[in-house]
Amino acid sequence: MDALSDFLAMGGYAAYIWPAYAAAFLILGFFTVNAVMRYRAAQRSLARLQADRT
Amino acid sequence: MPFWAIVRRDLRLAFRQGGDGAMAVMFFVLAAILFPFGIGPEPELLARSAAGIIWVTALLATLLALDRMFLGDWEDGTLELIRLSPLPLELAVLAKCLSHWLVAGVPVLLATPIVALLLRLDPASLPRLMLGMAIGTPVLSLLGSVGAALTLGARRGGVLVSLLVLPLEIPVLIFGVGAADAAITQEAGAAHLYILGALLAGALPLCPLAAAAALRQALE
Amino acid sequence: MHRFANPARFMRVSAPIVPWLAAMTAAFLLVGLVLGFRAPPDYQQGDTVRIMFIHVPAAWMAMATYSVVAAASAAALIWRHPLAEIAAQEAAPLGAAFTAVCLVSGSLWGAPTWGTWWVWDARLTSVLVLFFLYLGYIALSHAFDDPTRGSRAASVLALVGWINIPIIKFSVDWWNSLHQPASVLRLGGSTIDASILVPLLIMAVAFTLLFVLLLLLRMRAALLERKIRALQMVEAEATASSYALAGR
Repeated sequence: MDALSDFLAMGGYAAYIWPAYAAAFLILGFFTVNAVMRYRAAQRSLARLQADRT
Repeated sequence: MPFWAIVRRDLRLAFRQGGDGAMAVMFFVLAAILFPFGIGPEPELLARSAAGIIWVTALLATLLALDRMFLGDWEDGTLELIRLSPLPLELAVLAKCLSHWLVAGVPVLLATPIVALLLRLDPASLPRLMLGMAIGTPVLSLLGSVGAALTLGARRGGVLVSLLVLPLEIPVLIFGVGAADAAITQEAGAAHLYILGALLAGALPLCPLAAAAALRQALE
Repeated sequence: MHRFANPARFMRVSAPIVPWLAAMTAAFLLVGLVLGFRAPPDYQQGDTVRIMFIHVPAAWMAMATYSVVAAASAAALIWRHPLAEIAAQEAAPLGAAFTAVCLVSGSLWGAPTWGTWWVWDARLTSVLVLFFLYLGYIALSHAFDDPTRGSRAASVLALVGWINIPIIKFSVDWWNSLHQPASVLRLGGSTIDASILVPLLIMAVAFTLLFVLLLLLRMRAALLERKIRALQMVEAEATASSYALAGR
């Protein structure tokens, strides 16, 4: 557990390092999720429209 | 020559309406004198900030008249006529930039010594400041024409123009203020002016090209 | 060139690439992060150097993406390449995202190393201006009721911005050198040690793969959305004309 808490403490700079990684993860993660959701939604809409026509 | 016809017409309209040029210079002076209220009247602080304040407010003031550069003509069909005339659209844009500079830039330039006095600018800096603004304000009109042309017919075009044009004007700001900096020697100040000149030389052919392309899109 | 201009072909070609790209991206991210956190702390900056594994690749991507937007915009304007316009529009928000990551991580890196949350250092300032160039592009492309007009105007803006970027970078460097004392940020000593360089490069590759993956996904979605709009228009017209025929 010592090693884990040392790791998390990051030599005292934890307050800077983890928020930086969190920001990157959140921003890029948002765009990833958004891209996937948008694509799936478009697929569903298209399938529905094409089913309606046939 | 249609070029000068455009300039004459714009000047006549501006004087008749009295609006744009007077508004730009009034905003310039008013915004500049807000700063002593904001940062305090201490002479040394003002003197150090004066060139920067003058340049920033000049940038903002010349932005004011921008969305009227093409908008009026676009709405009443004059722009279509200009496009159909034998004058190349790029030259027509240049004419528009010239009239914008004459109506907004030159009054700001002329008001600068007064504002410089109010902001306690070091008198030794004034000639270089004026020269820098004389070279730089046309660049502001040229860059502004690109923004104005791109936002023709856009929603909330006025604010959008500022967002588009201000980042592009940062180099002019940097070198304009640099030229005026009293702490810089004559040679170094001159170097800033040469760079401003280079920016003008670059903007003169390139901005009308971009603005004309944008106008053609708007007129499609 | 026109071989790639066919949207249907693009959809077919990109479909199998996407899962493969996703896997590669995840792999590179994992390896990069593991190696990054196992690297020894810098003798000067301590563990904060680990922020570099996020900050530097984000900065590279922020700048590279703008070149992508500019190149795609040029292709859209010069050749009327249909995919190019979509590529530019979909890439720009990604560029803004990388720029934001760069700014935030840069600020968090600067706080312990430079002692302040924001420093008008030449690089950070240039990235801040780049962020506004992205925002301007995105705002302009959405500012018109006619989306085509929006993307055409944005294409011109992208090229204007692209020409300006070296000028802005040059002037900001100049300005910064006048106003800042010469402070050199040394990355782990006089040379970048391999234990830092390797994770950095791996993260750079990971970010690049992520960009391509997200761009492909967004372009695919955009193409589907265009198809949907086209179908809806056809339906609306059919309904309208059937009403007209029925004499209503």
